Amino acid sequence: MGEVKKHDTPKVDQLKTGPWPSFVDDIYSYGEKHKKQACFDIMGQMELSYTNRETHWKHGGIVGVFGYGGGVIGRYSDQQEKFPAIWAFHTIRVHHTAGKWYHTSALKKLCDMWDSRGSGIVNFHGSTGDIILLGTVTDQLEPIFFDLTHQLHWDLGGSGSNLRSPACCVGKSRCEWALIDVQELDYELTMAFQDELHRPAFPYKFKFKFSGCPLDCVAAVARADMSFIGTWRDEIRIDQEAVRAYVRGELKPNAGAFSDRDWGPFDIKKEVIDLCPTKCMYWDENEQKLYINNSECNRCMHCIAVMPEALRPGQDTGIAILIGAKAPILEGAQLSTLIVPFMKVEPPYDELKDFIYKAWDYWMENGKNRERIGELIQRIGLNKFITEVMGLTPIPQHVRVPRDNPYIFWKEEEVEGGWTRDVAEFRKRHPA
Amino acid sequence: MGIEKFKELDPIYTQPYDPTLAEKLYNPEKPMENRITDIGPPYFWQFMPPVIQKNYGKWVSHEIIQPGVLKYKSETGDVVYVVRCGTPRLETTDYIREICEIADKYCGGYVRWTTRNNVEFHVTDEETLKALIEDLKNRKHPNGSYKFPIGGTGAGISNIVHTQGWIHCHTPAIDASGIVKAIMDELFEYFGSHKLPAKTKLALACCLNMCGAVHCSDLALVGIHRKPPLVEDERLEHVCEIPLVIASCPLGAIKPATAEVDGKKKKTVRINVDRCMFCGNCYTMCPALPIADGEGDGIAIVVGGKVSNRITPPEFSRVVIPYIPNEPPRWPTTVKWIKKIIEIYSQHANKYERIGTWINRIGWERFFELTGIPFTEKCIDDYRLAYTTYRTSMHFKFTKHVDEVFNAPENYKVELFK
Repeated sequence: MGEVKKHDTPKVDQLKTGPWPSFVDDIYSYGEKHKKQACFDIMGQMELSYTNRETHWKHGGIVGVFGYGGGVIGRYSDQQEKFPAIWAFHTIRVHHTAGKWYHTSALKKLCDMWDSRGSGIVNFHGSTGDIILLGTVTDQLEPIFFDLTHQLHWDLGGSGSNLRSPACCVGKSRCEWALIDVQELDYELTMAFQDELHRPAFPYKFKFKFSGCPLDCVAAVARADMSFIGTWRDEIRIDQEAVRAYVRGELKPNAGAFSDRDWGPFDIKKEVIDLCPTKCMYWDENEQKLYINNSECNRCMHCIAVMPEALRPGQDTGIAILIGAKAPILEGAQLSTLIVPFMKVEPPYDELKDFIYKAWDYWMENGKNRERIGELIQRIGLNKFITEVMGLTPIPQHVRVPRDNPYIFWKEEEVEGGWTRDVAEFRKRHPA
Repeated sequence: MGIEKFKELDPIYTQPYDPTLAEKLYNPEKPMENRITDIGPPYFWQFMPPVIQKNYGKWVSHEIIQPGVLKYKSETGDVVYVVRCGTPRLETTDYIREICEIADKYCGGYVRWTTRNNVEFHVTDEETLKALIEDLKNRKHPNGSYKFPIGGTGAGISNIVHTQGWIHCHTPAIDASGIVKAIMDELFEYFGSHKLPAKTKLALACCLNMCGAVHCSDLALVGIHRKPPLVEDERLEHVCEIPLVIASCPLGAIKPATAEVDGKKKKTVRINVDRCMFCGNCYTMCPALPIADGEGDGIAIVVGGKVSNRITPPEFSRVVIPYIPNEPPRWPTTVKWIKKIIEIYSQHANKYERIGTWINRIGWERFFELTGIPFTEKCIDDYRLAYTTYRTSMHFKFTKHVDEVFNAPENYKVELFK
């Protein structure tokens, strides 16, 4: 390897100091050690961006691997003479594992591959979940894909108007609140829909996310077109002795999450009973016993989170399905809206797949170019989406409040006598 | 093949990487030969430590022993300790290798990342835990930043979910990694402690595509433009699909047009600048409509969003500061305001109150008064469902704003009764 050309980067260099891990120090150390010009050129271009306060990447870039329509984000520098090592700097999305668990033997092999064929720079992880290999040239894309599939048994993630890489929370692997097996669900659906993931066939992007409980640690309600969130429909399990231990101050509220500040002794009335959003709890001081009216509970998780040793979710568990979250472009940001309040799910999740196909079939047929499913629901109306598209019966849980305007659509067949009327008949009763 | 659901580690990972194999297998003349597709990610089970495999779905409770260190108990009696460390997300393979070295030394080679891009190490006994923590504390980059700061649990500030910025994207109005580093340096004490009223989630998106979590975070930053796009008439018809460009505008500000360039008629577009609010979506669709501008671009700060259903439903974050200029490399004004909001929140909110829950209790007028953030018309919604954000009630508090605007003769009264 020849000598590398270093750029003067006084502004970027100021990010080497301070306690938080410095990406600048990391990239420079790596560049020095491996004599990678790309590392110096990317920092050089960053310095230029810090001076001009503008990006120096050209618009777009369409590159990829044969057989797939996505997975690689093409990128070209607009300063190719100054920074030749990053003239092309494409990103590879590598599909993360469900729950983001890894063994070092696989990671180190992935690193060896990326050292050899790319910049050595990565993101762990992209916001949708993928491992991001940041920066390589077009000629390396096919070899990287061959290395990934043949030597790592590892596939690309999604990009473009397709199913993006699904993601889940840590789930049953390390959380007592996981009400569904999000990792298995994530993996099964990922594998079932490989075609939809690799070959864009949709009006726009579509994301799945799976959270084990309503605390929603993977932000499914905000960041997935179809959000799967674990819930239960029986009773919260109470260990009364453990509740008393919290009241006596022997156990730390919220597992110790508030340990560095004096909030006073734990007060079950103030911290649990009074904060319950449905006010369905009661602490009997005399009996030293906690009562929960489970039929009024909306399963917000607060009491369980405050007293994890004493309270556990119920055991009749399933998923709720919410649809339509998206960022602002085009019609404004949306959170997913409740469509299915409860569904039992077991591998191979056929019922769930049917549900997904039903939504996709309609959206693929009727969605406009670059229209997210959430916007489609806005356009046609949630009522139509629930009844006509998904074939479900509307229930009060589908809305936060009923409509306030009386601009109600009726279908002709719902109205006695239909819509064909004769004005002459009307005039017989009401002369003009 | 990879599609097999490996419960034990796939033996392929014990074989060293062969840097020459791909060239032998891939024949550009016959690109579909030897091609493997649709195998998906490796099956997660093989990458989980034995204690996790054994206790999968059997955990009964957990405890945060100290900031960044958790203990999980299983119904089998097993325990697992977790050490959570901050990472910059943007990193190198050497950094990943160092994580691997640590995982090999203490964790049997197993490691995981969180949904906020922290890294987690798992051990099963206290002695190893102690040694691991000690080791992590001592690892620093050459200029002194911690490589693996321990924290990110409980009522503190965990990692900032962020985007590409100037390191890789073509549509950003701001950088990502640099601003995140500047903020986390300043808020570092909150990463390794539990002293806030509730967990506080920060996010950053470098444009209003809002990749990530800005629209639903306690406190977040989004890159914005303040100038309409430039229109490259001579190039536009060659590089853009004009109907797509027109449909990309949320406010219908773009119309088709014909322009004369060097005596030739060119199809192009015109932008009604009075209708343009600089979202940049037309540039996403069309390279001939660049919008970035060093002076015009900057940061908007939003607060009060959340995704969890705990106590209150998930909620969007709201714009409180419409613009702060880009100030690389340390963005001092932005950092100052972020810190101020955190401090005021910390001082005034009740235990368990997220920023949004706190503001809903005290009212937005009080939030603006307490933080000293100047309120301007830029924070008043004027997009489609804006009406739902107006105050259609007599429920308000008299804050300094009322005094200053309506009770001071030199502005309100004089103006109105002249």
